[in-house]
Amino acid sequence: MSAVAKPQPGLPDHFCRWFASRGWSPRAHQLALVEHAARGESVLLVAPTGGGKTLAGFLPTLIELSVPLKAAGESAKSTREGGGPGVGPLTVFATSLQDEERSARPRPRPRRLHTLYISPLKALAVDVARNLEAPVAEMGLGIRIETRTGDTPPARRQRQRYSPPDILLTTPEQLALLLSHRDAPRMFGSLKAVVLDELHALHNSKRGDLLALCLARLTRLAPVHRRVGLSATVADPAPLQRYLVPQPRIGEAHAALVLGASGAIPQISILASEEYVPWSGHLARHAMSDVMAAIKSARTALVFVNTRRQAELTFQDLWRVNDDNLAIALHHGSLAPQQRRKVEAAMAAGKLRAVVCTSTLDLGIDWGAVDKVICIGAPKGAARLVQRIGRANHRLDEPSNALLVPANRFEVLECEAARQAVTAGELDGERLREGGFDVLAQHVLGMACSAPFDADALYGEIVSASPYRALARGDFDRVVAFVATGGYALKRYDRYAKLRRTPEGQWRLAHPRLAQQYRLNAGVIVEDPMIDIKLQSKGRPVGAGGRVLGQLEEYFVEQLSPGDTFVFSGEVLAFQGIREDAAYVSRTHDPEAQVPSYNGGKFPLSTFLAQRVREMVSKPETWHLLPQPVEEWLRIQEWRSTLPQPGQLLVESFPRADKFYLVCYPFEGRLAHQTLGMLVTRRLERLRMRPTGFSANEYALAVWGLRDMAGLDFGALFSEDMLGDDLDAWLAESNLYKRTFRNCAIIAGLIERRSIDREKTGRQVTFSTDLIYDVLREHEPDHILLRATYRDAATGLLDVARLADMLMRVKGRIVARALDRVSPLAVPALLEISKEMVAGEAREDILREAEEALIADAMRVE
Amino acid sequence: MTRGDDIHIDVNGERLLLDPLGAAYWPAEQTLVFADLHFEKGSSYARGGQFLPPYDTRATIRRIAAALSRHQPGRVIALGDSFHDNWAGDRLDGEESALLAAFVRGRDWIWVEGNHDPEPPTWLGGMVSAEVALGGLVFRHEPAVLGARGEVAGHLHPAVSVHRRGIGTRRRCFVSDGTRLVLPAFGAYTGGLDTRDRAVTSLFEGGFSTYALGRERVYAVGHAPRRKKNVDIQPMAMPKSTVTRP
Repeated sequence: MSAVAKPQPGLPDHFCRWFASRGWSPRAHQLALVEHAARGESVLLVAPTGGGKTLAGFLPTLIELSVPLKAAGESAKSTREGGGPGVGPLTVFATSLQDEERSARPRPRPRRLHTLYISPLKALAVDVARNLEAPVAEMGLGIRIETRTGDTPPARRQRQRYSPPDILLTTPEQLALLLSHRDAPRMFGSLKAVVLDELHALHNSKRGDLLALCLARLTRLAPVHRRVGLSATVADPAPLQRYLVPQPRIGEAHAALVLGASGAIPQISILASEEYVPWSGHLARHAMSDVMAAIKSARTALVFVNTRRQAELTFQDLWRVNDDNLAIALHHGSLAPQQRRKVEAAMAAGKLRAVVCTSTLDLGIDWGAVDKVICIGAPKGAARLVQRIGRANHRLDEPSNALLVPANRFEVLECEAARQAVTAGELDGERLREGGFDVLAQHVLGMACSAPFDADALYGEIVSASPYRALARGDFDRVVAFVATGGYALKRYDRYAKLRRTPEGQWRLAHPRLAQQYRLNAGVIVEDPMIDIKLQSKGRPVGAGGRVLGQLEEYFVEQLSPGDTFVFSGEVLAFQGIREDAAYVSRTHDPEAQVPSYNGGKFPLSTFLAQRVREMVSKPETWHLLPQPVEEWLRIQEWRSTLPQPGQLLVESFPRADKFYLVCYPFEGRLAHQTLGMLVTRRLERLRMRPTGFSANEYALAVWGLRDMAGLDFGALFSEDMLGDDLDAWLAESNLYKRTFRNCAIIAGLIERRSIDREKTGRQVTFSTDLIYDVLREHEPDHILLRATYRDAATGLLDVARLADMLMRVKGRIVARALDRVSPLAVPALLEISKEMVAGEAREDILREAEEALIADAMRVE
Repeated sequence: MTRGDDIHIDVNGERLLLDPLGAAYWPAEQTLVFADLHFEKGSSYARGGQFLPPYDTRATIRRIAAALSRHQPGRVIALGDSFHDNWAGDRLDGEESALLAAFVRGRDWIWVEGNHDPEPPTWLGGMVSAEVALGGLVFRHEPAVLGARGEVAGHLHPAVSVHRRGIGTRRRCFVSDGTRLVLPAFGAYTGGLDTRDRAVTSLFEGGFSTYALGRERVYAVGHAPRRKKNVDIQPMAMPKSTVTRP
């Protein structure tokens, strides 16, 4: 302790000494948070990684908890409720504490929960707990810090409820479970502070909805606690500020905002060849030796890709050129958790030179050693890029170092646009979603598990949560009815009601068993049906034991026949067969092994970045920043057709081979384009243009058919009214829509993922939600769950909202070009192959093709 | 009514029409066969707290009505598991039972006993029987293990997955080798068992053909494994849950 402790306003002396002993001085934002806390105010701290954000969040808690308790049994901290005495007296207490602390070990005070910390990742909660131990031990604060995750042993969970620690670190799901217990008021009644970490990643999602509802309940249980939100830089902090505090019935309330010093501007370079830039694809295989060189030049690199499929392929590609046998690992969401933990541990121990990873590592614990981030493929959004770049170099004053590797021409534009945005400190905004009905239904049941509720009071509580501000009372009542009896117009289930009215008019849980059932099924993360992949040695009978490599979607495994090879977990595997609920594989060699494609992880291009790309395309004076082949591509486009201008929709038509094409460039992301493709195809069918297919990428949509579409009235073709009946008719069949319904049905509790009985037998969900969807849609199309599905689809998988904005924007601004052959800009769209073809029809085609193949086989004369 | 796309198959010498709704029609005997209607499957879960939309019975009834009006059969055989449990009949509402009673009236209606409904309700009319022998065919709920020539059965809920060009679809299907036939389940909430499951394959020693239900017609999609490699020719058992596809 050689450093001289500089006194800081609001910071007790022993805290100043501790900072000094570390050779640190408290940052301005850390002190600002202490001040806000002293006044009992909630606050949002927006700061880049590496700014001591987590410590800032906990500093006020540590100070408050370093005050000695007056006597056992007395609530020593109650004097501070409502922002009572300021920091002055605290400092006095604190200085005297340090000496006391050493002598008197077991303090006779009733343990009460003081601060609750919520993180989106349990690994992060565990890591933060570990990091907090250091200051607490070094200052001798005697604070009990515990985590609670799915891995916490039952005995400790039990104990935590009657004897909570001072600081509890957990996840939104665990909080929801805690709040569903009858003793929640006792556990949380003493709560003084809530710290919400990585709030930017949580607030605008279903998990964010769940957390918001939990916070509203906490406000009821502990009316005066304060909240701290910790967030990475966001384009607009206001929604997060609202999220943190209870919303009044009229007007808006915001938490205070503290901005941390912005870090050094990251150094971003783009790997693009002056000779060769591919026209399509997302793998950047041409650049692998350059990526390898970049890994070599770094101490430790994170190689981000956008999908699990890409991760597997990139991992294979890198090892093909890994002549020095550098330690390169693989990390994605389908790998077995033990496997992922192993990679993370090796990373933390500095044993790896690179990890190929997906968004599973977007967030998470700090790895000091990472000094380079390599992003392969499209960045999709500026905020996402910043988040990823921030994973390198957790020191604020040194710039992070990132390399972007575009895989095709459009991605070159996107990378350049993202680089400019990040360098200028501009980020993409998000469309705020409204709180989901499905999450609300789950919450209502959880609240009923804790105690009977009064509908008026619960409604009042829920609309104080910012995602549910606009929730209509009628919708709330329908959600309650859904939980109680299914909420159907046909009242068949009244006698089985889960919630019943008490004589006093409250809703109570009909049976304690339902609480158990709730706890088995709580949570809002829904996965596709998955199947374990088990590795066994070759030649052994299928099903005879094996190590779990990870999980794959059932629909992929279903396509495999014994002997088929595929790449998974970085290995080439041969499928052996399925026994019970696992697929058995063995190692093999096959250079042409297929790679599973996955549903998840396909983020659409952000509106913000799309705009920047569109602007870049329309401004030839900016093209000198682009590699020569890309510049030439745009020049020829300008000469042969025209460049799509912001605010306009360029529609090209041309013949090619025996088909006629229509290509438009909305720049609204693949999801919105797919939806548009479905709708436009329907219209073209009605116009007797005989469309036969379409494909979409992030920038463009191409439709082809048997008749020339050049003479069509494009204003009518792209008019907004397609979002009426056509959309409705398509949704009835869309597989993406059915998937959205499945998620809602599971979250809302219509379908149980786990049941007490099945838990014993180990069997899984046996309902097809598709069948339920078909029946419900036919018989009660305005059921609350179908409305929940529609709302999700509008912002989620189908991006209808974005499509609607676009159609409105381009009304009367469609620029048509009838060309004699394909335009340069259209080529990437034509090379893209869309999996989601015209939904219903294409599936019938498959049956027809299968039948024809069978006939051909039968008729073959050999 | 016959159309060009109709698929007829011979089962033990008797010619049957496979209806895309999932029923089989035997013109020679003017007999229409449904399997596994599972009335009130939805409501059977309500006791456990899962409130599935209570419309499955009427959805099934609607499809029965369509099949009846298409074929105008003089005889109907419901191949067992017509009711999801022994109390399902009591849970039908007035409208539903009236419709069913009207179907039964005016034709020979036979409720074959199933494992879900060993005692199908009698008040709707029709006869109850463990099995029915007619011409060259025997109708029973659960397929006998081997050598049941002329057997027409249900119980298994066969479904087939077809994959082409990276797109997959899973459909209910008929399964037959020309000597016996297994019908798809007809009920609105009945899931499917993959035809590669041993429960299906073990019935047909010499292989079998698969007829998938399309929207307008039935497709003979065969049963050819995509690639033939002699790694493990044992059939695979798929989990019973029906997959929601991408």
